[in-house]
Amino acid sequence: MAKVEITVNGRATSAEVEDRTLLVDYLRENRNLTGTHVGCDTSQCGACVVHVDGKAVKSCTMLAVQASGSDVQTIEGLAGDDQLHPMQEAFRNNHGLQCGFCTPGMIMTAVDMVNRLGPKLDEKTIRAELEGNICRCTGYHNIVKSIAEGAKQMGKGMKKAAE
Amino acid sequence: MYETSYSRAKDASDAAKKMRAADDGKFLAGGMTLLPTMKQRLAAPSDLIDVTQIKDIDDINVTRKEVTIGAGATHAAVASHAKLMKVCPSICSLASHIGDPAVRHRGTIGGSIANNDPAADYPAAMIALDATIVTNKRKIRAEKFFTGMFETALKDDEMIKAVTFTAPKSGAYAKFPNPASRYAMAGVFVADHGKKDIRVGVTGASSDGVYRANDMEKAMGGKLSSEALDGCEVDEGAMLSDIHGSAAYRANLVKVMAKRAVDAAAG
Repeated sequence: MAKVEITVNGRATSAEVEDRTLLVDYLRENRNLTGTHVGCDTSQCGACVVHVDGKAVKSCTMLAVQASGSDVQTIEGLAGDDQLHPMQEAFRNNHGLQCGFCTPGMIMTAVDMVNRLGPKLDEKTIRAELEGNICRCTGYHNIVKSIAEGAKQMGKGMKKAAE
Repeated sequence: MYETSYSRAKDASDAAKKMRAADDGKFLAGGMTLLPTMKQRLAAPSDLIDVTQIKDIDDINVTRKEVTIGAGATHAAVASHAKLMKVCPSICSLASHIGDPAVRHRGTIGGSIANNDPAADYPAAMIALDATIVTNKRKIRAEKFFTGMFETALKDDEMIKAVTFTAPKSGAYAKFPNPASRYAMAGVFVADHGKKDIRVGVTGASSDGVYRANDMEKAMGGKLSSEALDGCEVDEGAMLSDIHGSAAYRANLVKVMAKRAVDAAAG
């Protein structure tokens, strides 16, 4: 057993877990944060994407003990008290989801994309950056549209915050 | 995943010490191959020794043409390093096409070359760039380092600290990714070091893992010319053959990728 101390969505958490516990299982089973999904469990599909120290990673392919001492953000940590994150809002506005299973990972990947590459994203870039996220309903078209709009809205937010 | 015991190494000698004390230990870097392998129960190390917290293990240093990449440098870090991009853009480009963004945030160059997956991208670059693998014990030239599929010259308690190389005059990597997994079915790295020294590293295709294509180098005679490769025959007998591609198909791919890489390197 190992003691892990992880800041999850801004809150300090700690627990005794088996060394082999995956980060995604820590989040879902231990923290009851079930927004992070397990799709393929082989690091292909991206349903489990969370941010560790500000970077998108696949939480099914990281041990909880590896994340000890880190800041983790999950889909639950994106929205404000009564307001969706601009990327979540964009997915809603553009019908960027159907069954919704891949959506938390899509959104965490999309936010990471904007954080790294800025708010002006062309279609080609978005599609290339979605390499590690699989959706089996939408055919990606509306997801790409959602991300483009969400990125733009995030850009406006960044500009506003700077002013 | 079977039970395992995780610890973090403070420095390279601590890592080696922990490894010697372990029953059947493995060094853990990004874990992008090791953890999936453990989840499938194809590997069951008694101990995982995390080397990513070692000070400076992820440093990238570029001094004029001399490049040092710490073993813990992630693919994302290599892909986006501004100074490295100036002297050796080909390795940045190679790193930017490994896996996907989330995988590139975790996977490391040290982990990739220590694992020596026959379809890994970095080993081809190490061979073509004539890189030196620096471990806690010694320095090993890339050609002596890769000894066969999933095999390297590393001893049990030996860990990679960094790789070093001199940036070539020009270089390029061309790969044909498997359409589903995106792993290289054939990937060729070509580096022109000047003074008629061109090196060609081939990954993804051979049943013996990464190799240096001496015949292609000879055929070019020190000049980047894809036409010079027309007469080269890639030995089918040495190629992998599976549901993704026959040996003959892969042999052809090696030549096609080599020509593309040579053209790209010639600019």
